Amino acid sequence: MDVKVTELVIFCILFALVSVLGFVASRWRRPETMEHLDEWGLGGRNFGGWITWFLLGGDLYTAYTFVAVPALMYGAGALGFYALPYTVVLYPIVLLPLVRLWSVSHVHGFVTPADFVRARFGSSTLALLVAITGFIATMPYIALQLVGIEAVLKAMGVEGKWPITIAFLILAIYTYNSGLRAPALIAFVKDTLIYLTVIVAVIVIPAKLGGWDAIFSAAGAKFSAPAAQAAGSGLLLNANNQLNYITLAFGSALALFLYPHSLTGVLAARSRDTVKRNMAALPAYSFVLGLLALLGLMAIAAKIVPVGADPAAGMAGDRNTVVPLLFDWAFPSWFTGIAHAAVGIGALVPAAVMSIAAANLFTRNIYTEYIRPSASPAEEARVSKLASLAVKFVAVILVLGLDTQYSIDLQLIGGVIILQTLPAVALGVFTRWFHKWGLVAGWAVGMAAGFWMLWTIPNPATKREHFGGSAFKLSELGLDTKWTIYTGFLAVTLNLIVAVLVTWGLRAGKVPDGVDLTKPSDYTAEQGDPKVHDIPELVGDGKTSST
Amino acid sequence: MSTTDDRPPEQPARSDRNHWYWLLLIPIIVPLLPMLYNGTDPTLWGIPRFYWLQLLFVVLSVVVTLVVYRQTRGR
Repeated sequence: MDVKVTELVIFCILFALVSVLGFVASRWRRPETMEHLDEWGLGGRNFGGWITWFLLGGDLYTAYTFVAVPALMYGAGALGFYALPYTVVLYPIVLLPLVRLWSVSHVHGFVTPADFVRARFGSSTLALLVAITGFIATMPYIALQLVGIEAVLKAMGVEGKWPITIAFLILAIYTYNSGLRAPALIAFVKDTLIYLTVIVAVIVIPAKLGGWDAIFSAAGAKFSAPAAQAAGSGLLLNANNQLNYITLAFGSALALFLYPHSLTGVLAARSRDTVKRNMAALPAYSFVLGLLALLGLMAIAAKIVPVGADPAAGMAGDRNTVVPLLFDWAFPSWFTGIAHAAVGIGALVPAAVMSIAAANLFTRNIYTEYIRPSASPAEEARVSKLASLAVKFVAVILVLGLDTQYSIDLQLIGGVIILQTLPAVALGVFTRWFHKWGLVAGWAVGMAAGFWMLWTIPNPATKREHFGGSAFKLSELGLDTKWTIYTGFLAVTLNLIVAVLVTWGLRAGKVPDGVDLTKPSDYTAEQGDPKVHDIPELVGDGKTSST
Repeated sequence: MSTTDDRPPEQPARSDRNHWYWLLLIPIIVPLLPMLYNGTDPTLWGIPRFYWLQLLFVVLSVVVTLVVYRQTRGR
């Protein structure tokens, strides 16, 4: 494929522009010192409504989502639309847990979900498990952002791994330099470009294809083929995949804010009110995501063939390229360049926030907890900056060394395992009823069950026997049905049952539990309320608590 | 809220116990009922119900969340 010069030039100009922004960000809302984890890792905990909206939107709706969701629609139809109900039910579900978590983190100076778990349940073991789970779930997610950049580069005719390596190198340096301020500032550009691209696309492309009627009848024709029917594809859900559709949407919604990078964006907000108001404003992105998903069906009507596909030889090719190729088909090359830049820059914001979140987990829950308990906030900031470099380095290695399919598999597993922290983190903000060892037992069972179920799922399309998807056949459990269900949902249900049973047992046996360092009023605290660490800081300690 | 509540009288002014939060169940439950939207008719500008109705749920979610936000603000 020839290199598309105009597109590439515009892409590179916009990419260079946001890189400059990334470096300049260190002077934006400049603090007295960057040598504190609250400054580098949480942007000073002082972002207002608009910045939080752009940052969270830029952080949660990743480049991978933008290429993978339409790709799924292109391949399977209705099932891929789960991304919409997922991000619709998301905000009503997380509103209360998030404002409570913001408040308690504000009072106690928590930076990571594991910080909270440690104080709430008085268990460093449970906190370590939560930290490691978050870390493992986040790593492949960062790697997948590279896949997003790779897809648009492929569509522009640029092959090879070196361009994404360079892109990530630049990203690593300015994240090291500016911390969370870099993605927060770049998010303004990213989100504006995405909104622009999607709005133009849903006006221009249907007009070009002869209206929505033509799009849906072309897609319907493709999905009516016997092979597509057998795989459960279609313009509507069939009887067997409805349960999977809703449990996938619901389970993914439960999982999203358990990811450390989502919480980083929330904890960086100035006030409890800022977080709550954003829950009503963020669905604007969900609407865009829904429209974007429809691009997958438009690609069918436009007869887009993925890069590397050869229908005669039965090769599906790289479906992640269908949206970039659709842009290329529909737009003049200068606008295609902008659209590709929107996806490429869309990868930078989440990748930066994720690496910061992973670095904070390492610093707070491994380094300060186990290696240097006396670390000062300045030392924590230094360690976190270095850890963010290491995290990106590993992500690049993942992409360079392994087949992309492994990153996709790992991300699939990541969604299932992060859900296993739900009882400790999300239920923990409401109740202290669970025993710490009950939660540990539930986590272990949920993890084991999740892995086993994912392992049993084949993917006939790619001829793989294991880790072929997240739709678990209920017949594997001996049930006489063709229904499928989202693995993560089943695993976390099991997790909860075990946590409850073991808690009952331990309470009956009077096994000592950890000490709760939080008070009920901490969970409703607002900006300006007294913080726990205000006093120790006066005596020069600066640590939240030494217990 | 309840008569058995024996917290001290200087209890915090803010509380997350508020009936308005129950409204949030509507935009959680409705999008998870496929029988509402898993069909073609009626179509809207040629778009099957499955797609346009689910897009409309975004508006439902925003409206409900805004109402809850306004009614629970500062509490």
